[in-house]
Amino acid sequence: MNNQTSYERYQRQILLKEFGIKSQQKLLQSKVLVVGAGGLGCAALQYLVAAGVGTIGIVDDDIVSLTNLHRQVLYNMQDIGLSKAKVAADKLKALNDEIIINIYNERLTNQNAFGIINNYQIVVDGTDNFSSRYMINDACVLLSKPLVYAAISKFEGQLAVLNVKNNTNTRAINYRDLFPVPPKNDEILNCAEAGVLGILPGIIGTMQANETIKLITGIGEPLINKLLTYNALNNSVYEFGLSANEEAQAFIPTYKNAFLKMNYEWLCSSTLNNQFEIDTLKFDSLIEDDNTMIIDVREKNEQPVVDEFKHVQISLSELSNKQMLIEEDTIILFCQTGTRSLQAAKLMYEVFNQSKKIVSLKGGIFEWKKKHQFQEIK
Amino acid sequence: MIIKIFGQLIDVIGKENLAFDVVEDTNALIKKLQEMYPPLTNLKYAIAINKKIIQNNTALKQDTEIALLPPFSGG
Repeated sequence: MNNQTSYERYQRQILLKEFGIKSQQKLLQSKVLVVGAGGLGCAALQYLVAAGVGTIGIVDDDIVSLTNLHRQVLYNMQDIGLSKAKVAADKLKALNDEIIINIYNERLTNQNAFGIINNYQIVVDGTDNFSSRYMINDACVLLSKPLVYAAISKFEGQLAVLNVKNNTNTRAINYRDLFPVPPKNDEILNCAEAGVLGILPGIIGTMQANETIKLITGIGEPLINKLLTYNALNNSVYEFGLSANEEAQAFIPTYKNAFLKMNYEWLCSSTLNNQFEIDTLKFDSLIEDDNTMIIDVREKNEQPVVDEFKHVQISLSELSNKQMLIEEDTIILFCQTGTRSLQAAKLMYEVFNQSKKIVSLKGGIFEWKKKHQFQEIK
Repeated sequence: MIIKIFGQLIDVIGKENLAFDVVEDTNALIKKLQEMYPPLTNLKYAIAINKKIIQNNTALKQDTEIALLPPFSGG
Protein backbone atom coordinates (compact mmCIF):
# COMPACT_ATOMS: atom_id res chain seq x y z
CA MET A 1 0.00 0.00 0.00
CA ASN A 2 1.58 3.24 -1.06
CA ASN A 3 -0.48 6.17 0.10
CA GLN A 4 -2.37 7.59 3.01
CA THR A 5 -5.76 7.59 1.25
CA SER A 6 -5.64 3.85 0.75
CA TYR A 7 -4.73 3.23 4.34
CA GLU A 8 -7.53 5.46 5.56
CA ARG A 9 -10.07 3.90 3.22
CA TYR A 10 -9.42 0.38 4.47
CA GLN A 11 -8.40 1.29 8.01
CA ARG A 12 -11.40 -0.30 9.73
CA GLN A 13 -10.71 -3.73 8.28
CA ILE A 14 -6.93 -3.43 8.57
CA LEU A 15 -7.55 -2.88 12.30
CA LEU A 16 -8.79 -6.45 12.61
CA LYS A 17 -5.81 -8.45 13.78
CA GLU A 18 -7.02 -11.51 11.81
CA PHE A 19 -7.11 -9.37 8.67
CA GLY A 20 -4.42 -6.71 8.98
CA ILE A 21 -2.30 -5.00 6.37
CA LYS A 22 -1.30 -8.33 4.80
CA SER A 23 -4.86 -9.21 3.84
CA GLN A 24 -5.41 -5.74 2.47
CA GLN A 25 -2.34 -6.04 0.29
CA LYS A 26 -3.53 -9.41 -1.00
CA LEU A 27 -6.89 -7.88 -1.89
CA LEU A 28 -5.30 -4.94 -3.68
CA GLN A 29 -3.18 -7.30 -5.76
CA SER A 30 -6.05 -9.64 -6.58
CA LYS A 31 -8.06 -9.87 -9.79
CA VAL A 32 -11.66 -11.01 -9.69
CA LEU A 33 -14.06 -11.54 -12.59
CA VAL A 34 -17.76 -11.11 -11.84
CA VAL A 35 -19.94 -12.71 -14.49
CA GLY A 36 -23.41 -11.21 -14.49
CA ALA A 37 -24.20 -7.78 -13.06
CA GLY A 38 -27.70 -8.76 -11.98
CA GLY A 39 -29.04 -9.37 -8.49
CA LEU A 40 -26.08 -11.38 -7.22
CA GLY A 41 -23.52 -9.36 -9.17
CA CYS A 42 -24.76 -5.97 -7.92
CA ALA A 43 -24.42 -7.10 -4.31
CA ALA A 44 -21.10 -8.90 -4.71
CA LEU A 45 -19.55 -6.09 -6.77
CA GLN A 46 -20.27 -3.37 -4.25
CA TYR A 47 -18.50 -5.16 -1.42
CA LEU A 48 -15.61 -6.41 -3.54
CA VAL A 49 -14.99 -2.87 -4.78
CA ALA A 50 -15.44 -1.36 -1.33
CA ALA A 51 -13.07 -3.91 0.22
CA GLY A 52 -10.35 -3.01 -2.27
CA VAL A 53 -10.06 -5.92 -4.70
CA GLY A 54 -7.43 -4.38 -6.99
CA THR A 55 -8.80 -5.38 -10.39
CA ILE A 56 -12.40 -6.28 -11.10
CA GLY A 57 -13.88 -7.40 -14.40
CA ILE A 58 -17.63 -7.10 -15.02
CA VAL A 59 -19.17 -9.20 -17.79
CA ASP A 60 -22.77 -8.57 -18.81
CA ASP A 61 -24.42 -7.94 -22.17
CA ASP A 62 -27.80 -6.97 -20.73
CA ILE A 63 -29.41 -3.57 -20.30
CA VAL A 64 -31.18 -2.23 -17.22
CA SER A 65 -34.95 -2.65 -17.14
CA LEU A 66 -37.61 -1.59 -14.64
CA THR A 67 -38.21 -5.19 -13.48
CA ASN A 68 -34.55 -5.35 -12.39
CA LEU A 69 -34.70 -2.48 -9.93
CA HIS A 70 -36.30 -4.34 -7.00
CA ARG A 71 -33.12 -6.41 -6.61
CA GLN A 72 -30.33 -4.99 -8.77
CA VAL A 73 -29.48 -2.14 -6.48
CA LEU A 74 -26.62 -0.56 -8.43
CA TYR A 75 -29.13 0.82 -10.94
CA ASN A 76 -31.72 3.57 -10.75
CA MET A 77 -34.53 4.76 -12.97
CA GLN A 78 -32.32 6.96 -15.12
CA ASP A 79 -30.30 3.88 -16.08
CA ILE A 80 -33.17 2.01 -17.74
CA GLY A 81 -32.10 0.99 -21.23
CA LEU A 82 -28.38 1.45 -20.53
CA SER A 83 -25.68 -1.23 -20.42
CA LYS A 84 -25.49 -2.91 -17.03
CA ALA A 85 -21.74 -3.45 -17.21
CA LYS A 86 -21.10 0.23 -18.01
CA VAL A 87 -23.54 1.67 -15.48
CA ALA A 88 -22.28 -0.69 -12.79
CA ALA A 89 -18.68 0.32 -13.51
CA ASP A 90 -19.56 4.04 -13.27
CA LYS A 91 -21.31 3.60 -9.93
CA LEU A 92 -18.49 1.48 -8.57
CA LYS A 93 -15.81 3.93 -9.67
CA ALA A 94 -17.63 6.59 -7.66
CA LEU A 95 -17.36 4.26 -4.67
CA ASN A 96 -13.67 3.47 -5.11
CA ASP A 97 -11.47 5.10 -7.74
CA GLU A 98 -8.30 3.43 -6.50
CA ILE A 99 -8.99 0.12 -8.19
CA ILE A 100 -9.13 -0.96 -11.82
CA ILE A 101 -12.52 -1.91 -13.26
CA ASN A 102 -12.65 -3.65 -16.64
CA ILE A 103 -15.92 -3.59 -18.54
CA TYR A 104 -16.96 -6.46 -20.82
CA ASN A 105 -20.23 -5.35 -22.37
CA GLU A 106 -20.77 -8.75 -23.98
CA ARG A 107 -22.14 -12.16 -23.15
CA LEU A 108 -19.60 -14.62 -21.78
CA THR A 109 -19.65 -17.59 -24.15
CA ASN A 110 -17.32 -20.52 -24.74
CA GLN A 111 -15.83 -18.48 -27.59
CA ASN A 112 -14.59 -15.57 -25.45
CA ALA A 113 -14.43 -17.24 -22.01
CA PHE A 114 -10.79 -18.34 -22.10
CA GLY A 115 -9.54 -14.94 -23.21
CA ILE A 116 -11.45 -13.10 -20.51
CA ILE A 117 -11.15 -15.53 -17.58
CA ASN A 118 -7.40 -15.97 -18.08
CA ASN A 119 -6.83 -12.39 -16.90
CA TYR A 120 -8.31 -13.11 -13.48
CA GLN A 121 -7.56 -15.18 -10.39
CA ILE A 122 -11.08 -15.97 -9.25
CA VAL A 123 -14.42 -16.13 -11.06
CA VAL A 124 -17.67 -15.12 -9.35
CA ASP A 125 -20.73 -16.63 -11.04
CA GLY A 126 -23.80 -14.42 -10.82
CA THR A 127 -25.43 -15.50 -14.07
CA ASP A 128 -29.10 -16.32 -14.47
CA ASN A 129 -29.17 -19.41 -16.72
CA PHE A 130 -27.84 -22.93 -16.82
CA SER A 131 -26.02 -22.76 -20.13
CA SER A 132 -23.79 -19.98 -18.77
CA ARG A 133 -23.32 -21.74 -15.45
CA TYR A 134 -22.15 -25.01 -17.01
CA MET A 135 -19.97 -23.19 -19.51
CA ILE A 136 -18.33 -21.13 -16.73
CA ASN A 137 -17.79 -24.23 -14.62
CA ASP A 138 -16.14 -26.11 -17.47
CA ALA A 139 -13.94 -23.12 -18.34
CA CYS A 140 -12.85 -22.76 -14.70
CA VAL A 141 -12.00 -26.48 -14.54
CA LEU A 142 -9.95 -26.26 -17.74
CA LEU A 143 -8.17 -23.10 -16.58
CA SER A 144 -7.86 -24.21 -12.92
CA LYS A 145 -9.61 -21.09 -11.62
CA PRO A 146 -11.51 -21.04 -8.34
CA LEU A 147 -15.23 -20.47 -8.90
CA VAL A 148 -17.37 -18.75 -6.30
CA TYR A 149 -20.80 -20.05 -7.21
CA ALA A 150 -24.17 -18.72 -6.12
CA ALA A 151 -27.68 -19.14 -7.46
CA ILE A 152 -31.14 -18.20 -6.28
CA SER A 153 -34.69 -19.39 -6.68
CA LYS A 154 -37.75 -17.65 -5.20
CA PHE A 155 -36.83 -17.48 -1.48
CA GLU A 156 -33.77 -19.74 -1.46
CA GLY A 157 -30.11 -19.35 -2.29
CA GLN A 158 -27.20 -21.73 -2.91
CA LEU A 159 -23.56 -20.86 -2.38
CA ALA A 160 -20.32 -22.81 -2.85
CA VAL A 161 -16.62 -22.34 -3.46
CA LEU A 162 -15.78 -24.70 -6.28
CA ASN A 163 -12.70 -25.91 -8.09
CA VAL A 164 -10.41 -25.36 -5.12
CA LYS A 165 -8.40 -28.27 -3.82
CA ASN A 166 -8.31 -28.88 -0.08
CA ASN A 167 -6.84 -31.52 2.19
CA THR A 168 -9.86 -33.77 2.31
CA ASN A 169 -10.19 -34.61 -1.35
CA THR A 170 -7.92 -35.85 -4.06
CA ARG A 171 -9.10 -33.41 -6.68
CA ALA A 172 -10.99 -30.12 -6.69
CA ILE A 173 -14.77 -30.48 -6.68
CA ASN A 174 -16.69 -28.64 -9.39
CA TYR A 175 -20.30 -27.89 -10.23
CA ARG A 176 -20.72 -31.06 -12.29
CA ASP A 177 -19.90 -33.17 -9.23
CA LEU A 178 -23.06 -31.73 -7.73
CA PHE A 179 -25.24 -31.49 -10.83
CA PRO A 180 -23.61 -33.51 -13.65
CA VAL A 181 -25.70 -32.30 -16.57
CA PRO A 182 -27.87 -29.23 -17.06
CA PRO A 183 -31.59 -29.46 -16.50
CA LYS A 184 -33.61 -28.55 -19.53
CA ASN A 185 -34.66 -24.94 -19.75
CA ASP A 186 -38.27 -25.81 -19.08
CA GLU A 187 -37.42 -27.97 -16.08
CA ILE A 188 -36.36 -25.25 -13.67
CA LEU A 189 -37.84 -21.79 -13.85
CA ASN A 190 -35.57 -18.75 -13.67
CA CYS A 191 -36.23 -15.51 -11.80
CA ALA A 192 -38.28 -14.08 -14.65
CA GLU A 193 -40.59 -17.07 -14.64
CA ALA A 194 -40.68 -18.21 -11.01
CA GLY A 195 -40.18 -14.84 -9.32
CA VAL A 196 -37.60 -13.92 -6.71
CA LEU A 197 -37.66 -12.02 -3.44
CA GLY A 198 -35.70 -8.81 -4.13
CA ILE A 199 -33.57 -8.93 -1.02
CA LEU A 200 -32.47 -12.56 -1.56
CA PRO A 201 -29.72 -11.92 -4.17
CA GLY A 202 -28.58 -9.05 -1.91
CA ILE A 203 -27.99 -11.54 0.92
CA ILE A 204 -26.52 -14.32 -1.20
CA GLY A 205 -24.44 -11.98 -3.41
CA THR A 206 -22.96 -10.40 -0.29
CA MET A 207 -22.05 -13.86 1.01
CA GLN A 208 -20.46 -14.55 -2.36
CA ALA A 209 -18.26 -11.45 -1.93
CA ASN A 210 -17.39 -12.63 1.57
CA GLU A 211 -16.30 -16.06 0.32
CA THR A 212 -14.22 -14.38 -2.39
CA ILE A 213 -12.50 -12.14 0.14
CA LYS A 214 -11.80 -15.08 2.47
CA LEU A 215 -10.39 -17.07 -0.43
CA ILE A 216 -8.05 -14.25 -1.44
CA THR A 217 -6.87 -13.33 2.03
CA GLY A 218 -6.81 -16.81 3.53
CA ILE A 219 -8.80 -15.80 6.60
CA GLY A 220 -11.57 -17.95 8.04
CA GLU A 221 -12.97 -21.04 6.37
CA PRO A 222 -14.23 -20.56 2.83
CA LEU A 223 -17.01 -22.92 1.71
CA ILE A 224 -14.61 -25.20 -0.15
CA ASN A 225 -16.33 -28.46 -1.15
CA LYS A 226 -19.48 -27.40 0.63
CA LEU A 227 -22.85 -26.27 -0.56
CA LEU A 228 -24.62 -23.77 1.66
CA THR A 229 -28.34 -23.23 1.31
CA TYR A 230 -30.25 -20.30 2.78
CA ASN A 231 -33.98 -19.83 3.05
CA ALA A 232 -35.06 -16.20 3.44
CA LEU A 233 -38.52 -17.12 4.77
CA ASN A 234 -37.42 -19.04 7.84
CA ASN A 235 -33.68 -18.23 8.00
CA SER A 236 -32.76 -21.89 7.79
CA VAL A 237 -29.18 -22.46 6.74
CA TYR A 238 -27.75 -25.84 5.78
CA GLU A 239 -24.27 -26.90 4.78
CA PHE A 240 -23.84 -30.02 2.68
CA GLY A 241 -20.53 -31.75 2.05
CA LEU A 242 -19.78 -32.24 -1.65
CA SER A 243 -18.19 -35.35 -3.06
CA ALA A 244 -16.49 -36.28 -6.31
CA ASN A 245 -18.57 -37.80 -9.08
CA GLU A 246 -16.07 -39.34 -11.49
CA GLU A 247 -18.67 -40.26 -14.06
CA ALA A 248 -19.80 -36.65 -14.33
CA GLN A 249 -16.30 -35.48 -15.19
CA ALA A 250 -16.67 -37.03 -18.63
CA PHE A 251 -19.10 -34.24 -19.48
CA ILE A 252 -16.38 -31.63 -19.14
CA PRO A 253 -14.44 -31.11 -22.36
CA THR A 254 -10.83 -32.05 -21.72
CA TYR A 255 -9.08 -29.44 -23.80
CA LYS A 256 -9.69 -26.01 -25.29
CA ASN A 257 -10.79 -27.00 -28.79
CA ALA A 258 -13.38 -29.42 -27.44
CA PHE A 259 -14.63 -26.65 -25.15
CA LEU A 260 -14.92 -24.26 -28.10
CA LYS A 261 -17.00 -26.82 -29.97
CA MET A 262 -19.50 -27.30 -27.19
CA ASN A 263 -22.94 -25.83 -27.70
CA TYR A 264 -23.98 -24.94 -24.17
CA GLU A 265 -27.22 -23.27 -25.19
CA TRP A 266 -28.19 -26.39 -26.94
CA LEU A 267 -27.30 -28.85 -24.18
CA CYS A 268 -29.92 -27.06 -22.11
CA SER A 269 -32.65 -27.06 -24.71
CA SER A 270 -35.35 -29.64 -24.22
CA THR A 271 -37.08 -29.99 -27.55
CA LEU A 272 -34.23 -31.63 -29.37
CA ASN A 273 -33.89 -34.86 -27.42
CA ASN A 274 -36.35 -36.85 -29.50
CA GLN A 275 -34.32 -36.54 -32.65
CA PHE A 276 -31.33 -38.10 -30.89
CA GLU A 277 -32.97 -41.09 -29.30
CA ILE A 278 -34.06 -44.46 -30.64
CA ASP A 279 -35.88 -47.20 -28.75
CA THR A 280 -34.79 -50.83 -28.43
CA LEU A 281 -36.97 -51.92 -31.37
CA LYS A 282 -35.41 -49.46 -33.75
CA PHE A 283 -32.00 -50.34 -32.31
CA ASP A 284 -32.52 -54.05 -33.05
CA SER A 285 -33.46 -53.26 -36.63
CA LEU A 286 -30.10 -51.52 -37.08
CA ILE A 287 -27.81 -54.00 -35.29
CA GLU A 288 -27.00 -55.94 -38.47
CA ASP A 289 -26.89 -52.89 -40.73
CA ASP A 290 -23.49 -52.54 -42.44
CA ASN A 291 -23.81 -48.81 -42.63
CA THR A 292 -24.24 -48.44 -38.87
CA MET A 293 -21.55 -48.20 -36.25
CA ILE A 294 -22.43 -48.93 -32.62
CA ILE A 295 -20.32 -47.32 -29.91
CA ASP A 296 -20.34 -48.14 -26.21
CA VAL A 297 -19.52 -44.80 -24.55
CA ARG A 298 -19.08 -46.27 -21.08
CA GLU A 299 -15.67 -46.43 -19.46
CA LYS A 300 -13.79 -49.72 -19.83
CA ASN A 301 -14.92 -52.54 -17.52
CA GLU A 302 -18.31 -51.09 -16.74
CA GLN A 303 -21.12 -53.58 -16.15
CA PRO A 304 -23.04 -55.18 -17.74
CA VAL A 305 -20.75 -56.72 -20.33
CA VAL A 306 -22.21 -56.56 -23.83
CA ASP A 307 -21.43 -59.46 -26.18
CA GLU A 308 -24.76 -59.80 -27.95
CA PHE A 309 -23.91 -57.51 -30.87
CA LYS A 310 -20.92 -56.04 -32.63
CA HIS A 311 -19.75 -52.68 -31.28
CA VAL A 312 -16.70 -50.66 -30.37
CA GLN A 313 -15.89 -49.08 -27.03
CA ILE A 314 -14.93 -45.40 -26.97
CA SER A 315 -15.71 -43.77 -23.62
CA LEU A 316 -17.37 -40.38 -23.49
CA SER A 317 -14.16 -38.91 -22.11
CA GLU A 318 -12.18 -40.19 -25.11
CA LEU A 319 -14.91 -39.34 -27.55
CA SER A 320 -14.68 -35.61 -26.96
CA ASN A 321 -10.96 -35.74 -27.74
CA LYS A 322 -10.99 -37.85 -30.84
CA GLN A 323 -10.95 -36.65 -34.36
CA MET A 324 -13.26 -39.27 -35.74
CA LEU A 325 -12.67 -41.23 -38.88
CA ILE A 326 -15.91 -43.10 -39.25
CA GLU A 327 -17.09 -44.49 -42.55
CA GLU A 328 -20.58 -45.56 -41.54
CA ASP A 329 -23.39 -43.06 -42.07
CA THR A 330 -25.26 -43.93 -38.90
CA ILE A 331 -23.73 -43.92 -35.44
CA ILE A 332 -25.57 -45.39 -32.47
CA LEU A 333 -24.26 -44.64 -29.01
CA PHE A 334 -25.17 -46.46 -25.86
CA CYS A 335 -24.30 -46.44 -22.16
CA GLN A 336 -25.92 -47.90 -19.06
CA THR A 337 -29.06 -45.80 -18.87
CA GLY A 338 -28.97 -43.57 -21.94
CA THR A 339 -27.96 -40.32 -20.22
CA ARG A 340 -24.29 -40.24 -21.15
CA SER A 341 -24.94 -41.54 -24.65
CA LEU A 342 -27.50 -38.78 -25.24
CA GLN A 343 -24.91 -36.22 -24.16
CA ALA A 344 -22.38 -37.96 -26.40
CA ALA A 345 -24.81 -37.86 -29.33
CA LYS A 346 -25.10 -34.10 -28.96
CA LEU A 347 -21.32 -33.77 -28.73
CA MET A 348 -20.79 -35.85 -31.86
CA TYR A 349 -23.48 -33.98 -33.73
CA GLU A 350 -21.30 -30.93 -33.16
CA VAL A 351 -18.33 -32.70 -34.73
CA PHE A 352 -20.11 -34.18 -37.73
CA ASN A 353 -22.66 -31.45 -38.11
CA GLN A 354 -25.28 -33.02 -40.37
CA SER A 355 -23.06 -35.36 -42.36
CA LYS A 356 -24.04 -38.38 -40.26
CA LYS A 357 -27.07 -39.61 -38.39
CA ILE A 358 -26.17 -39.82 -34.73
CA VAL A 359 -28.51 -41.35 -32.18
CA SER A 360 -28.49 -42.66 -28.64
CA LEU A 361 -30.15 -45.83 -27.34
CA LYS A 362 -32.97 -44.65 -25.08
CA GLY A 363 -32.90 -46.31 -21.66
CA GLY A 364 -29.40 -47.60 -22.33
CA ILE A 365 -28.14 -51.17 -22.26
CA PHE A 366 -30.10 -51.81 -19.06
CA GLU A 367 -33.34 -51.24 -20.90
CA TRP A 368 -32.16 -53.27 -23.90
CA LYS A 369 -31.11 -56.26 -21.76
CA LYS A 370 -34.35 -56.09 -19.82
CA LYS A 371 -36.39 -56.27 -23.03
CA HIS A 372 -34.39 -59.18 -24.38
CA GLN A 373 -34.37 -61.19 -21.17
CA PHE A 374 -38.12 -60.84 -21.10
CA GLN A 375 -38.38 -62.15 -24.64
CA GLU A 376 -36.18 -65.15 -23.85
CA ILE A 377 -38.32 -66.08 -20.88
CA LYS A 378 -41.45 -65.90 -23.02
CA MET B 1 -37.42 -40.51 8.07
CA ILE B 2 -37.76 -36.84 7.30
CA ILE B 3 -36.93 -35.66 3.81
CA LYS B 4 -36.03 -31.97 3.44
CA ILE B 5 -37.22 -30.61 0.13
CA PHE B 6 -35.54 -27.63 -1.52
CA GLY B 7 -36.25 -25.15 -4.29
CA GLN B 8 -38.86 -25.83 -6.89
CA LEU B 9 -39.18 -29.45 -5.75
CA ILE B 10 -41.32 -27.97 -2.95
CA ASP B 11 -43.88 -27.08 -5.63
CA VAL B 12 -43.86 -30.68 -6.89
CA ILE B 13 -44.10 -32.35 -3.48
CA GLY B 14 -46.21 -29.69 -1.82
CA LYS B 15 -44.20 -29.34 1.38
CA GLU B 16 -40.72 -28.62 2.69
CA ASN B 17 -40.56 -31.54 5.12
CA LEU B 18 -41.86 -34.91 4.04
CA ALA B 19 -42.28 -37.64 6.66
CA PHE B 20 -41.59 -41.03 5.14
CA ASP B 21 -41.59 -44.65 6.33
CA VAL B 22 -38.07 -46.00 6.26
CA VAL B 23 -37.05 -47.78 3.06
CA GLU B 24 -33.95 -49.87 2.42
CA ASP B 25 -31.83 -47.50 0.39
CA THR B 26 -31.84 -44.36 -1.75
CA ASN B 27 -32.73 -46.27 -4.94
CA ALA B 28 -35.86 -47.62 -3.26
CA LEU B 29 -36.60 -44.14 -1.96
CA ILE B 30 -36.34 -42.55 -5.40
CA LYS B 31 -38.57 -45.21 -6.89
CA LYS B 32 -41.23 -44.67 -4.22
CA LEU B 33 -41.05 -40.90 -4.52
CA GLN B 34 -41.43 -41.11 -8.29
CA GLU B 35 -44.52 -43.25 -7.86
CA MET B 36 -46.01 -40.75 -5.45
CA TYR B 37 -44.91 -37.66 -7.40
CA PRO B 38 -44.56 -38.60 -11.09
CA PRO B 39 -43.13 -35.20 -12.19
CA LEU B 40 -40.02 -36.05 -10.12
CA THR B 41 -39.09 -38.63 -12.76
CA ASN B 42 -38.03 -35.92 -15.19
CA LEU B 43 -36.37 -33.58 -12.72
CA LYS B 44 -32.72 -33.36 -11.77
CA TYR B 45 -31.68 -33.05 -8.17
CA ALA B 46 -28.85 -34.00 -5.85
CA ILE B 47 -29.49 -36.20 -2.81
CA ALA B 48 -27.86 -35.55 0.52
CA ILE B 49 -27.70 -38.13 3.30
CA ASN B 50 -26.82 -36.78 6.71
CA LYS B 51 -25.66 -33.50 5.14
CA LYS B 52 -23.40 -35.11 2.57
CA ILE B 53 -24.18 -35.21 -1.13
CA ILE B 54 -24.11 -38.85 -2.28
CA GLN B 55 -23.23 -40.29 -5.69
CA ASN B 56 -24.22 -43.93 -5.20
CA ASN B 57 -27.03 -45.98 -3.75
CA THR B 58 -26.90 -45.55 0.02
CA ALA B 59 -28.52 -47.49 2.86
CA LEU B 60 -31.11 -45.63 4.93
CA LYS B 61 -32.16 -45.87 8.56
CA GLN B 62 -35.01 -44.39 10.57
CA ASP B 63 -32.86 -41.50 11.78
CA THR B 64 -31.19 -40.71 8.43
CA GLU B 65 -31.55 -37.10 7.36
CA ILE B 66 -32.34 -36.85 3.69
CA ALA B 67 -32.39 -33.77 1.48
CA LEU B 68 -33.39 -33.34 -2.14
CA LEU B 69 -31.60 -30.40 -3.75
CA PRO B 70 -32.41 -29.19 -7.25
CA PRO B 71 -30.08 -26.83 -9.11
CA PHE B 72 -31.02 -23.14 -9.17
CA SER B 73 -30.44 -20.96 -12.18
CA GLY B 74 -31.41 -17.49 -10.91
CA GLY B 75 -28.94 -14.69 -10.37
